[in-house]
Amino acid sequence: MALFDVSGYKSHAGLRGQILGTGVGHLVDRPNQEFAVPVGVDPSGFLKSCSREGGVSIDLNHGTTTLAFKFRHGVIVAVDSRASAGSYIASKEANKVIEINPYLLGTMSGSAADCQYWERLLAKECRLYKLRNKQRISVSAASKLLCNMMLGYRGMGLSMGSMIVGWDNKGPGLYYVDDNATRLSGRMFSTGCGSSYAYGVMDSGYREDMTVEEAYELGRRGITHATHRDAYSGGVVNLYHMQEDGWIKVCKEDVSELIHRYRKGMF
Amino acid sequence: MFAQVYGDNGKMKEYHYSGPVEHRFSPYSFNGGTVLAVAGEDFAIVASDTRLSEGYSIHSRDSPKCYKLTNTTVIGCSGFHGDCLTLTKIIDARLKMYKHSNNKSMTSGAIAAMLSTILYGRRFFPYYVYNIIGGLDEEGKGAVYSFDPVGSYQRDTYKAGGSASAMLQPLLDNQIGFKNMEGVQHLPLNQEKAVQLVKDVFISAAERDVYTGDALRICIVTKEGIKEETVPLRKD
Repeated sequence: MALFDVSGYKSHAGLRGQILGTGVGHLVDRPNQEFAVPVGVDPSGFLKSCSREGGVSIDLNHGTTTLAFKFRHGVIVAVDSRASAGSYIASKEANKVIEINPYLLGTMSGSAADCQYWERLLAKECRLYKLRNKQRISVSAASKLLCNMMLGYRGMGLSMGSMIVGWDNKGPGLYYVDDNATRLSGRMFSTGCGSSYAYGVMDSGYREDMTVEEAYELGRRGITHATHRDAYSGGVVNLYHMQEDGWIKVCKEDVSELIHRYRKGMF
Repeated sequence: MFAQVYGDNGKMKEYHYSGPVEHRFSPYSFNGGTVLAVAGEDFAIVASDTRLSEGYSIHSRDSPKCYKLTNTTVIGCSGFHGDCLTLTKIIDARLKMYKHSNNKSMTSGAIAAMLSTILYGRRFFPYYVYNIIGGLDEEGKGAVYSFDPVGSYQRDTYKAGGSASAMLQPLLDNQIGFKNMEGVQHLPLNQEKAVQLVKDVFISAAERDVYTGDALRICIVTKEGIKEETVPLRKD
């Protein structure tokens, strides 16, 4: 068939070989996927050079503010929901949190396609880990898997800033992973173009012994104020709380309503 | 187009030789066109104009951009026509393979997830195509999935893509999403109103976007099957 080689289909015989025979010792059986690369050009600069010639303008969905912090009663995760393509708002209700399993969440910032693809692949690897080892993967291991995936494509123009949040045997876990394969464990992170604003709000209101309601309010405020000042963030605040028995989705509130509420309190 | 000839001070710009300029072959070209999809309670509509242009020329007035994939799914592709054709060929091939391996047709959600990985497989040399899938999900409700050129996607109720998308999307936000309207009843969209809205919206797009016009092809997906309708638009 004419387009068989490029269609991305893997035949059953090939897959069986990988699972049973030849794939021993492979933790990540990702060598399946091949990426087409433009010939003779640096991939990261290629798209930029093609734009603006003859009306061609390939804009990819981008931009965000996300934040997460640990406190006494778990981890709070808050994200905005705007996806921009150039100066056009491609979506007002993008979903920037991937629910990997009931004990693991991943946030997405940067290029939407990169985040969706690699975190979906991470979800697959976490599931395979559980099936092979009969126990849930730790947050540390999950973030390391994602980090190693990024390392393989370092310098090729991927754009991803993600936080892996979970609860395992060691307690609540929060890791920051980005497209340079940086992997950091910490108590508080914020990513995306609105992150500076979110850090300011979080730093001024954070206490380790906050109540749960105070923590929810801090997460909401961080995102709301960031969307107020950053052009590439907006939409709704999606708030999650990672507890010992899994995550819960707390709320989904429109930023314009929230900023009016906070303004009334300000003056 | 004339505005570029005059500089900021109102005088004509001077053109002079500023040194050797490197021209490179560009693998992409922009062929215009607008696609739109709307999901209803038990139907989905995918519509596109039929103009194929390049630069200042019109190559064809009868080149629709909606392609039927299965009995319950239609895809609209706009951007670079060459990539649209290849992409639809690859999707058709993968659908056939799935049908032969699994003895059933792919659902709309599955096609959307598959398209995301097909597009991401070309992350470093993308398909210059803006895709929108419209169809019925497993429960028979309308579903619309919109994509960017490298595969990021999400499910929507309505979406416009292509050259006039920035003009149409706010209109749809207002008429279907009831955004920025106070004290209005949020009535659910029925099929007749949706089709009429799509026609009106494309007529507006053809007025103001040079790459949109000639004719409108509407595909209405219901559990009975896919119905096609063609409506003339401005040809200028």
